[in-house]
Amino acid sequence: MSQPTLISAQGLSVHYALRGGLIGPKPYVGAVENVDIEIAAGSFFGLVGESGSGKTTLGRAMLRAAPISRGDVHFDDGEVSYSLKDLGKQDLKDYRKRAQLIFQDPYAALSPRMTVRDIIAEPLEVMGLTSSRTETDERVREIAAKCRLNVEHLRRFPHAFSGGQRQRISIARALVSGPKFIVADESVAALDVSIQADVLNLLKAIQEDMGLTFLFISHDLSVVAHVCDHVAVMYLGRIVETAPTRTLFSTPRHPYTTALLSAIPSLDPDDRGKVQKLEGEIPSPTNPPPGCKFQTRCPHAIDLCRTQEPSLEHAGTEHRVACHRWQEVGGEAN
Amino acid sequence: MSRLIDVENLTLQFDTDEGRITAVDNVSFSLEAGEVMGLVGESGSGKSVTAKSLMKLNPRNAIYGPDTKITLHLEDGPVDVMSLQTDAEMKIVRGGSISLIFQEPMASFAPAISIGDQMVEQLMIHTDFSKAQSRELSVEMLDRVGISDPGTRFGQYAFELSGGMRQRAMIAMALSTKPKLLIADEPTTALDVTIQAQVIDLMKDLVTEFGMGIIFITHDLGVIAQTADKVAVMYLGKLVEQGSVRDVIRRPAHPYTRGLLAALPTLDDIDAPLTPIPGDIPSPLERPSGCVYHTRCQEVIGARCSVEAPQFMTVDTNHAAACHIHDANEGAA
Repeated sequence: MSQPTLISAQGLSVHYALRGGLIGPKPYVGAVENVDIEIAAGSFFGLVGESGSGKTTLGRAMLRAAPISRGDVHFDDGEVSYSLKDLGKQDLKDYRKRAQLIFQDPYAALSPRMTVRDIIAEPLEVMGLTSSRTETDERVREIAAKCRLNVEHLRRFPHAFSGGQRQRISIARALVSGPKFIVADESVAALDVSIQADVLNLLKAIQEDMGLTFLFISHDLSVVAHVCDHVAVMYLGRIVETAPTRTLFSTPRHPYTTALLSAIPSLDPDDRGKVQKLEGEIPSPTNPPPGCKFQTRCPHAIDLCRTQEPSLEHAGTEHRVACHRWQEVGGEAN
Repeated sequence: MSRLIDVENLTLQFDTDEGRITAVDNVSFSLEAGEVMGLVGESGSGKSVTAKSLMKLNPRNAIYGPDTKITLHLEDGPVDVMSLQTDAEMKIVRGGSISLIFQEPMASFAPAISIGDQMVEQLMIHTDFSKAQSRELSVEMLDRVGISDPGTRFGQYAFELSGGMRQRAMIAMALSTKPKLLIADEPTTALDVTIQAQVIDLMKDLVTEFGMGIIFITHDLGVIAQTADKVAVMYLGKLVEQGSVRDVIRRPAHPYTRGLLAALPTLDDIDAPLTPIPGDIPSPLERPSGCVYHTRCQEVIGARCSVEAPQFMTVDTNHAAACHIHDANEGAA
């Protein structure tokens, strides 16, 4: 990789305690299990999976907004280097400045009682990044302009804006502290296609302009294919495949990735019936199956898959897959 | 195929505190038995209120236009939906001959009544079945939609089911009264793609088996391409294009449909730029004059677009669009 790694996880697990278990070991649900991931500086990294796959939890753990139970996350932007597991209070404050989150729902994420100017200025004030109101205003105007909001907009309240404009306000707020790393969690899922295209183009433009690194969490593979340079596919808290976007979409190796790609409805009406259907649903993480977590739905599962969990193996340049049988069953997309 | 429903000049306005808004403006379409029609448009285009009008299921401040005519063709003769007044009369279009599936199955089931009791209740209302027969049919329907162990699921509550399973139960419930027309309002939008593929397959099987008509409301053109026979595209309460699914997706005739397709990310060409439609959908309180789409249209052909509302024009067999650009092609006709 030409770019240095900005943020990486090693053996990262996020466990949440469950009720009960007075006797014996405390029961827990493993939302994220033993994840290794490396995100290069300046990358637009996609994280995909069904609901319940742990993609949001992984994103939050990388922001230190979810507890790190095992393993660690390292962040290094050339100025500072942090190990997130044991980050002191002061360093955590500094990290918040460098790593930010854009939420999914632009209607719920903005306070209806604050003007757009105050919403965007809040991180600056909370973190004490500016020393005067003039300086704050200047910074807010500068970021707002980047997100195509004009001075007139800053005086209004969120209710006066459409979904796409609100998402631009959320983006401006995430960017105002000058972060290096942004987690965008389903940031375009609630938007209509034409607005979605607009917001995606804006995110890409900002990323190139400000040299940011994105972790782009989405359930929509067609969106990920268009904007991301690398993709990781998650299933039940594990990363099952990761590769550069083009490789993943042209030569998916994991049966789950193949099934996900095949399930996307094609725009060609003559493709009907070509879908390779995946039976069943994602199992509950409180009671995961033994062996490979995908074996309950996998058409290629053999006895080995039911007992032994596969680890990520190299399947090509920067291409890794966790499947016992990837060499035999790896499919072609479409 | 026989005609199932005719919608003529459907106009629907709402009285609000901020004034009277037009949600649906002179919309006409028809559907045959066994046909699937996709109704497409952005949020605020009026697709859901259009569908709900067929069941007269809009709130009290709704005002239907005087020329609105909705005719449902049943075996016992045509039913004039607009003339239905009392709750008893409306049973026929609300759960009897027309069923509705909503987007969010969690919100559509009562949380404190078991799935089974809800299914039995509506069968008791709409059919002559006894309680025991209703129960039997409900369990059978749960089995038909692919819910394993239907006997147990029958006694469970909505929160005990996963999202995909809830949507299947919703479909089972909607189909148990054997409706002639099923309205599915974004039935797969809240589901993961793998579950979406299962639900779409299920709905296609059921159309074949029950021979009903379906109005499939969605903003996802991929879902439309895989399910619908014909497509109607709506913008700001107006129908702007209608045609067979192949024609509309391969040869879109209205600039708005072209815009929607250009904005859609597809896997066929991941390097293609995504082209958004400029601007936002205008507020229904400030409907543009002339063609409602002219404020965002990239193919405006002069002042005419902002003055004169375009009429529906045939561009091909069974393919029509409401846009002035087709006027020139029409020539003297």
